[in-house]
Amino acid sequence: MSILVDKDTRLLVQGITGKEGTFHTRQAVAYGTKVVAGVTPGKSGQELDGIPIFNTVRDAVDRTGANASVIFVPPPFTADAIMEAGDSGIGLVVCITEGIPTFDMIAVYRYLSDKATRLIGPNCPGIISPGKCKIGIMPGYIHKEGNVGVISRSGTLTYEVVAQLTRLGIGQSTCIGIGGDPIIGTNFIECLQLFEADKDTSAICMIGEIGGTAEEEAAEYIKENVTKPVVGFIAGMTAPTGRRMGHAGAIIAGGRGTAKEKIEALESVGVNVCMSPAEIGKRVLEVLDKNKF
Amino acid sequence: MKIHEYQAKEIFKRYGVPVPKGGMACTLAEVRRIAEDISGPVVVKAQIHAGGRGKGGGVRLVNSPSEAEEIAEKMIGMKLVTHQTGPEGREVKKVMIEEKMEIDRELYIGIVIDRAKSRPVIMVSEEGGVEIEEVATRRPEKILKETVDPAVGVMPFQTMRLAFGLNLDKAIIKDASSFITRLYHLFKGEDCSLAEVNPLVITSDKRIVALDAKINFDDNAMYRHKDNMKLRDLNEEDPLEIEASKYNLNYIKLDGNIGCMVNGAGLAMATMDIIKLAGGEPANFLDVGGGADSEMVENAFKILISDKNVKAVFINIFGGILRCDVLATGVVEAVKKMEVNIPVIVRLEGTNMEKGSEILRESGLNFIVANGMADAAEKVVKSVIC
Repeated sequence: MSILVDKDTRLLVQGITGKEGTFHTRQAVAYGTKVVAGVTPGKSGQELDGIPIFNTVRDAVDRTGANASVIFVPPPFTADAIMEAGDSGIGLVVCITEGIPTFDMIAVYRYLSDKATRLIGPNCPGIISPGKCKIGIMPGYIHKEGNVGVISRSGTLTYEVVAQLTRLGIGQSTCIGIGGDPIIGTNFIECLQLFEADKDTSAICMIGEIGGTAEEEAAEYIKENVTKPVVGFIAGMTAPTGRRMGHAGAIIAGGRGTAKEKIEALESVGVNVCMSPAEIGKRVLEVLDKNKF
Repeated sequence: MKIHEYQAKEIFKRYGVPVPKGGMACTLAEVRRIAEDISGPVVVKAQIHAGGRGKGGGVRLVNSPSEAEEIAEKMIGMKLVTHQTGPEGREVKKVMIEEKMEIDRELYIGIVIDRAKSRPVIMVSEEGGVEIEEVATRRPEKILKETVDPAVGVMPFQTMRLAFGLNLDKAIIKDASSFITRLYHLFKGEDCSLAEVNPLVITSDKRIVALDAKINFDDNAMYRHKDNMKLRDLNEEDPLEIEASKYNLNYIKLDGNIGCMVNGAGLAMATMDIIKLAGGEPANFLDVGGGADSEMVENAFKILISDKNVKAVFINIFGGILRCDVLATGVVEAVKKMEVNIPVIVRLEGTNMEKGSEILRESGLNFIVANGMADAAEKVVKSVIC
């Protein structure tokens, strides 16, 4: 089992004819993802490696039964692309694009609030259920099918953790990059809820970073609702105040959002927090061994 | 992006947010002209991006134009040290000359994005003029908040609720409410990540005025505010950071001596952290991004080693889109061109990792190849100590 994406996912690529869109569509197909359609306005009737291209998301959904979408369009047009997917009844939208204005995302978040669409990202690597479905830009081969759920605000740091797990023989049920922006579609809490309910996820690995209070809110949620063991890491122990550390959301503002506060919050609810990013895999292994019956 | 107080106040004026009479001056002649224009006592304020100017001697009250000139002469060119500048301080190149206000009350207003609610939030407090973070921790009930629904924008009932909450005199409730509305329109209209007035003052003749003004812009939205791009002051930025931004590299200079080159912001932060855990100090944050080519890697390397504090370089790459062989080629080119004589520790993982390692080995250059992040951190820290 896995969460959100699996063998039944029928993927639509918005921005399929762009450089990134084309490259990652091919990678997804090679991994085994069912890519059923692409959308680029004005290019209806064309194909990419046999994948039909449509002018609008509605056309693509009507004709192919696509139920998930991945977005590779440039930042000025991304908000519109996400809303189009939401309006067309797509259940899961994964937005890879980095650099979307915050006010655009405020509008998107509000727009999706009364729709049955879940947004992952933006500014994220995507989501993968190893061996079943890959939506995003992560290298597929580092993953392995298994029972650890991974949630992360980062890209390459997630790959690092996944590679550590796989090398130790620990597979993953689903890995989700929730994104590094101040406003994101799906947060830690919603992922924790899904993993807690997934019978084939036996432990959860949660990778946070400085900025905002999402990790503190997740800690509150874990305290009351999560029974599965959680291993955590927070990047940015050494980050200075007031400087944006790459991600728009990774900034310690007004003395809030420090790694120290987040680590304390997580540890206080029993999360197993690693200090070194090199030891996350090993810690998950220990936790799994301890919980074996 | 941050801007100066005088620039923020120009934008305030455009949106009809009241500010004191005054202007910016770079020369003593301009100082005198503005002070004479105002007539009477004026305030001379150093224009640097850091806060805490008052305590550092960057805000002075004077009684005449000639006294303004005298103070400005001392201020322009001085290194102003505040709790936000670090011990080296920041050189003052410009000052603001403003009319002195007769102040009745000092309040606070700030607008930011509430990330938990994914909406803008307007905050006001009766306790203005002090660090708002302090008020937030010690007396949180003294901060009133209104979250804005983006579908309708800020509503009159909300601005009124805030105005009444500040216990203002009946005569100025309307003006205060309008002040808040206008500031919100500015916040949204200019794609800000912060709009703050501290202190927001009520004058003895019952006017509401922005005594200070602070605006930060959302970097992601700058493409639709070309005019605001011109407000960037390169004097306020580190020269290496300016150089890096030309190549689209995400670089932040720090105080340590281990230069880091990493792909991805999260991994870059984690790399800094593991250096610290191993007993070292990172010299910078540097994210070369997922789509970097060998030329970008070369430029990144140049920037790293032009920081004279750097005694060793730690390259930590997880190859996904950026393949390890591309990175290795870039690094080899850079090291050959620049006659690097400090240790370079490389840790490669992911796509084409073997090919990358081979390129490094066969280059004939003296790279230290590490096995994993922890091993790399130990090796780089050891190389700095020796």
